[in-house]
Amino acid sequence: MLQTAPRRKKSTASKAAPHERFLEAFRWMLLARTLEEKLVSLYRGGLITGGVYVGRGQEAVSVACGLFLQKGDIFAPLIRDQAGRSAFGEPLVDVTRTYLGSRQGPMRGRDGNIHRGRPRDNQLAMISHLGAMVSVTVGALLAKRFHGEKNFVGLSCIGEGGMQTGSFHEGMNLAAVEQVPLVVVATNNHYAYSTPNDREFACHDLVDRAIGYGFEGYTVDGTDLTNCLEVIGSAVKRARAGRPPQLVVASTLRLSGHGEHDDASYVTDEMKRQPFARDCLKAAEQTIVDLNLVDAETLRDWREEAAAQVDQAISTAQKEAAPEADEEDWCAISTRALGDKIE
Amino acid sequence: MSITYLEAIREAQAKLLRDDERVFIYGEDVGGTFGGAFKATKGLAKEFPGRVLNTPISEDAMVGAAIGAAIQGMRPIVEMQFADFSSTALNQILNNAGTHYWRTNVPVPITVRLPCGGTKGSGPFHSQSMESIYAHYPGLIVMTPATVEDAYTMLIEAVTIDDPVVYCEHKYLYYHLKADKLPTEEGLPTGQARILREGRDLTIVAYSAMVHEALAVADELIGEGFEIEVVDLRAVKPLDTETVLASVARTGRLLCVGESFPWGGATAEVISRVTSEGFHFLDAAPQRINAKDTPIPYHPNLWAAHRPNAKMIAEKTRELLRE
Ligand SMILES: Cc1ncc(C[n+]2csc(CCOP(=O)(O)OP(=O)(O)O)c2C)c(N)n1
Ligand SMILES: [Mg+2]
Repeated sequence: MLQTAPRRKKSTASKAAPHERFLEAFRWMLLARTLEEKLVSLYRGGLITGGVYVGRGQEAVSVACGLFLQKGDIFAPLIRDQAGRSAFGEPLVDVTRTYLGSRQGPMRGRDGNIHRGRPRDNQLAMISHLGAMVSVTVGALLAKRFHGEKNFVGLSCIGEGGMQTGSFHEGMNLAAVEQVPLVVVATNNHYAYSTPNDREFACHDLVDRAIGYGFEGYTVDGTDLTNCLEVIGSAVKRARAGRPPQLVVASTLRLSGHGEHDDASYVTDEMKRQPFARDCLKAAEQTIVDLNLVDAETLRDWREEAAAQVDQAISTAQKEAAPEADEEDWCAISTRALGDKIE
Repeated sequence: MSITYLEAIREAQAKLLRDDERVFIYGEDVGGTFGGAFKATKGLAKEFPGRVLNTPISEDAMVGAAIGAAIQGMRPIVEMQFADFSSTALNQILNNAGTHYWRTNVPVPITVRLPCGGTKGSGPFHSQSMESIYAHYPGLIVMTPATVEDAYTMLIEAVTIDDPVVYCEHKYLYYHLKADKLPTEEGLPTGQARILREGRDLTIVAYSAMVHEALAVADELIGEGFEIEVVDLRAVKPLDTETVLASVARTGRLLCVGESFPWGGATAEVISRVTSEGFHFLDAAPQRINAKDTPIPYHPNLWAAHRPNAKMIAEKTRELLRE
């Protein structure tokens, strides 16, 4: 069985000493970056069909989303959440199997790239349609309330682009009406595909919407891991303690194309000079060096370990057979007797 | 004592809530003392506290939440106030519920109740029949009960099925259709059509309210010396092609009647299957009758002409019998 990641201490993240938690988060970020860089090179080499969508520049926000969730919590990651998915417990091989089209893994060639999940393990499998997963997260939390469970939260991720859908709005409002323990983390990476903020919304600050929904709202510097851990960790804690639903709006720049097919030539130089354009992974590493949290050798080991894990997950998936059309079970419902018999 | 189609729907939900703690009802105005725009949940909120819940006017989120709850082990029933408004939940129903099992191997046992079909004076946005849209997409079961007994047993079955079910209940039948009592036994399973009237001259395939128009025509044509066979599909997906083909094999003539718009849809699907699989049974080109290809009109004079009725069906039947 493949060890997904370094010494997992998810359930203690909220109690760990700040620098230990910081280092753990950093390692998930490093793993995500390493994995995604590898996926990009496989894509460029023609070994991945479809698209590759990475979370470069958003790992700090994302890891904080996954890190504070515990067993029984619900996580609804989106496009740029590799770091959070791994921190939540998604096996690396789920990623490589899905991208590389193995017949194994959770999606079995039926869906690809970031459209994956393990709903039975509380990792919801996003559909493409942005905004749709917020209400699904609300419903999962409602079920937990019906079951009489206690002390659970759900966390649903969204981009500033997805925040402009009707579906998102409905989901937020419903969360507040139902008073479910939900945290919504919205990352404003200043673009929705090629569209900049000024054609996306006209409000002063997206976090101001929190009050309109009946959420508590917070902002966070998405380039600063310490800040992300603090703000998102506190939001999770508040939701768990029974406070109203929480909205956290993070500011970053997408340090990649929308997908790897996109050269992002529309991102202006001025944008790239903004403070939110800082690379969160480099900044976190700088903090480690500045505070001398670990030595250079340890950092190098971690990097190698991440690379080895990624290589193993890739080679596992590459060795596996692809799905075959004539062996596929072409029935879209589980109640086989009710499948429509159409030629 | 007699029970209406609407009461059967209410009673089925009461039984489901009573027998299965995973069941809850989610929809606009379903809760409180109100019990829904059509009273299909009347009294249930009081009888089952906390399990019959009013929602904001958010069809997308209602279904999204039902999906999330179903994944976590619940059996939600979502009531759309009118079928027409389920258009704003299409994304969740088609793209989320309909794809989920195929993509993740985890089924989504939700039931979405759609008050369908025309009643006069309801106009373009409170009269639609949407079964064909839902049947077109993979991953959904689409029920179209035409009798009080089916309304009851099929709704219970819908909630029991592990997959998403779109349950199309007809608003005209709500009050017009009565039975002596609720069935005490399980009904015919979904996926099996029912031959409601046997005949040797022509087959009318119908579902939902159109079944009753077809039966009226069958009655009328007895006087003219014809025996019309009436097949009630009960569900448009899965479609019981076998029963239809067997009927056409006996009669040689097929007329298919549906209340939704004419382009494509359930009636076209039936005819397509019969022509490809049972061409040799046919003594005449199969025909169909649907609503007109315009929005559904408000005024009763226009409405009555827009929607198939016994008179139109009888005319078409006579034409087809002459062929
Ligand atoms: C409802 C919907 N419309 C369009 C798309 C196509 N699309 C996919 S991602 C994307 C941009 C999303 O922007 P944002 O939400 O800001 O997330 P980011 O990509 O910046 O992380 C678009 C338009 C979609 N997935 N869903
Ligand atoms: Mg964006």
